[in-house]
Amino acid sequence: MNENVAALLPETFLAAAAVCGLLAGSWLPRNRQWAVAALAATACLAGIVATGHTMATGREQTVFDTTFAVDAPTNAGRLTVLMALLLVVAMSAESLRGHKRESEYYVLLLLTGTGTLVLIGADDLLTLFAGYLLASVPAYALAAFAKDAPGTEAALKYYLLGALLGTVMLAGVTLLYAAAGATGYRTLRDGLPGADPALVAAGLVAVLAGLLFKAGAVPAHFWVPDVTEGAAPPVAAYVTTLPKIGALIAGYRLLHQALPGTGIDWPLLLAVLAAASMTWGNLAAFFQTDTKRLLAYSTISQIGYLLMALSVATRTDLAQRALLLYLAAYALTNLGAFAVVTALPQARSLDDYRGLAGQRPGLAAVLLVCLLGLVGTPPTGVFLGKLEIFTAAVDGGRPWLAALAVANTVASLFYYLRWLAPVFRSGSAQQHAVTGRVTVGTAYVAGTGSLLLGLAGGAVLPLTTGPLLG
Amino acid sequence: MLTVVTFLPLLACAVLALLPRAVRVPDRVCSWVWIATAAADLALVVAVWVRFDPHGGLQYEQRARWMPGAGVSYHVGVDGLSLPLIAMVCVLFLAAAVHMLRETRRVRALACLFLFLQTVSVGLFVALDLILFFVFFDLSIVGMYFVIAGWGHGERARAAALKFFLYTFVGSLALLLGFIGLYLAADPHTFDLVELTRSNPLAGQGLYAGLVLLAVGAGLAVKTPTVPLHTWLPPAHTEAPAAGSAILAGVLLKMGTYGFVRIAMPLLPGSWRQYAPVFVVVGVVSVVYGALVALAQTDLKRMIAYTSVNHMGYVVLAIGAAGSLAGSDAQARSLAVTGAVVQMVSHGLLTGALFLLTGVLYDRGGTYALDAYSGLAAHTPRFAAATGIAAFASLGIPGFSGFIAEFQIFTGSLASQAAATGVALLGILLSAALFLRALRSLFLGPPRLPAGIPLSGLADLRTREAAATYPLLALALVIGVLPRFLLDVVEPAGRSVTELVAR
Repeated sequence: MNENVAALLPETFLAAAAVCGLLAGSWLPRNRQWAVAALAATACLAGIVATGHTMATGREQTVFDTTFAVDAPTNAGRLTVLMALLLVVAMSAESLRGHKRESEYYVLLLLTGTGTLVLIGADDLLTLFAGYLLASVPAYALAAFAKDAPGTEAALKYYLLGALLGTVMLAGVTLLYAAAGATGYRTLRDGLPGADPALVAAGLVAVLAGLLFKAGAVPAHFWVPDVTEGAAPPVAAYVTTLPKIGALIAGYRLLHQALPGTGIDWPLLLAVLAAASMTWGNLAAFFQTDTKRLLAYSTISQIGYLLMALSVATRTDLAQRALLLYLAAYALTNLGAFAVVTALPQARSLDDYRGLAGQRPGLAAVLLVCLLGLVGTPPTGVFLGKLEIFTAAVDGGRPWLAALAVANTVASLFYYLRWLAPVFRSGSAQQHAVTGRVTVGTAYVAGTGSLLLGLAGGAVLPLTTGPLLG
Repeated sequence: MLTVVTFLPLLACAVLALLPRAVRVPDRVCSWVWIATAAADLALVVAVWVRFDPHGGLQYEQRARWMPGAGVSYHVGVDGLSLPLIAMVCVLFLAAAVHMLRETRRVRALACLFLFLQTVSVGLFVALDLILFFVFFDLSIVGMYFVIAGWGHGERARAAALKFFLYTFVGSLALLLGFIGLYLAADPHTFDLVELTRSNPLAGQGLYAGLVLLAVGAGLAVKTPTVPLHTWLPPAHTEAPAAGSAILAGVLLKMGTYGFVRIAMPLLPGSWRQYAPVFVVVGVVSVVYGALVALAQTDLKRMIAYTSVNHMGYVVLAIGAAGSLAGSDAQARSLAVTGAVVQMVSHGLLTGALFLLTGVLYDRGGTYALDAYSGLAAHTPRFAAATGIAAFASLGIPGFSGFIAEFQIFTGSLASQAAATGVALLGILLSAALFLRALRSLFLGPPRLPAGIPLSGLADLRTREAAATYPLLALALVIGVLPRFLLDVVEPAGRSVTELVAR
């Protein structure tokens, strides 16, 4: 049995930083608590370095009795999560500066980040569920962090739905265990084809329920708009980005590794979920006037595109790199948009963005890149991701899904442009006060990254290919 | 070399855009930087043309790895199909820059936007990779959206811009699906135009090839635009500023027709031959319908917009006829393709000139309504003469480029599509009627301007306006009288396209 703890360095860094942050936070004076933010950022950077080292030296392996896989999707997912976490920390830094629970905030962020990393590499149903809990519970607290009415309501909704679907997921784990007699994906792969199909189907649907909740996909999406609107902007940025990365890679691994031989038509199920998610998110986003709600519905529709990759997980080799590339591009782009929202705390509705291009051309440019990026306009990273996902869908025998995604892309243009139009309109004397330099800088970094990922996609694509282990 | 031609405007755009806001760049400086860049780019294209060997196929090729994993490369080059169009694009952008010399509204942003659009337009015509093509195709929509929404005529301009964006973006995504279809059919998977042309991956694929052609054809047809996908065009043209309209009609519409010649015909020859009658019918309907609707317009700019539908219809007819092997010989088909390319160039120059002239009219009278003006010829002889020449050239009078193009199109199409060509000839008659009607209404009769504007203050074509318009007309005249320099370049390329379609 491989018990190489060094293989789990990125996870360890985040967890250790969380513990140290908690301890340090209890004796640091309030005006020095920013040190915990620095510690969190350092942990992310160290994790990125460790992941890079694993990739460069080819130390892909499965550890702890194949309950955790360190392979190409894990490494790509780690890079994406850690990079996204770094951006979230950066965009939180100024709005939380001097907050009386500043260090707790970063501790929670680090813990849920650790859970997301566990989800990504989970090669065993119980590890998967542990990751689910670790990623979820601190996030509930984050949603209510401001202790105000909208935040509390959001957190309650988030928590109730999460607890319900978490229980369902655990029941699903039990059913699959009953069907195959084991929880490891490798054993499931051998055991499930011979088991009762109804049992397997029920178990799979129940496990997927938890993952769909984390991803914020239809039909487990009810919390997304409320949490996004009710929580502070950096937290909203977090919940619409990071859990998705964990849930989708975990779902991909589960479907690809544990269920290929079963008679269940899960590719069709996921195709339907993808179609429902992208369409519903778009339709609901159409007439939103609050920027955060608009982004919330936009993220539901983006999940639809991502689920397309899952629906063809075993049908084409292109699915994996499409998923991983799209996730990285989506994370950068979505965080860029949220960084702009964070940087302009007084602008809530779309109309508040009037005249931004005149007063803050830099932020307007970031918003332009990110929103057009979310549409999928070249040469941004999401365009490349969409190109790959559409290609994978057509290659996997689902041209109708690709066509529907195209129709949805066009529809989504409408509401993104509704936001962009006032930005480039002149005539408003409204002042756009910004939070601070670091937040604005984060927006620039994310926007530039989103664009660069599209232009230099050739350098990133090789990182996303490699076999799944275990 | 082509990379320099393509990205030089973008470089100037970046310099202008990234200058810190503290540096107050005077509007005049921005305008002159814009003009100088456009002129330099044109000079580079002339240099390319001078060293171009008409019988050499693709030249100035450059290829770099971009995304090898995804089958995408940075691949550019020119041949006889693209070189004239690039030259036309650069001429038109220079004209637009000169025309906008006196613009006062947010000049720096406008210059940036046009320079960006120039990079995108040139890039599209030199791209030899489907994704590269698509990137430029899509970015042209983004750029033009901001031109119309930002410098158009008020609230309606924003609605028109949104409509333009939505329509053409739908088209571009259909195009993307088609490209993905081509990519997946090729073995190994690639988006490279040259390789796809060589391997002809969809030969004998039946329905699959038909669907790919449908996606690619629909995408390009929206941009072209052909009936019934043209409804975005009139509002976009009417609400855009003059230079924007000139670029939209002169350059962006060509992206659609060029796509047919560059992508649809050589990459899907079998399906193209099979469905050529569809394109012939669509072309003829666009010709007649465009002309008829133009005839019914009371707004000068809308009228010219609809004549674009008519003129693009000739192009679609010609390329449809080039796919009909029965009843025609290779020479006729090659003549039709050559005519189509010459028509693209000619339409770019002439419609560009016409739209710049309508901008002059709007500048003086504040409206495009035909019945608001009359008898202008007495007060503005130069404006009247330029408009008259542009109108006559546009309806295809001999001596101008339009005649050369239409003559080739009709001669090349007649053999295989006699009935369709006969109907399309009606389009010429109709456009003659509508242009003459417009000329009479504007320039003859008792002098009159829209209410509230005194006739005494009516200024004729100013130097910069003349400097923007006259060269376009002069070029159309040169092509009309001495077309060999153009035809020598286009004909071999037209022949090779015909051969590719016939294989």
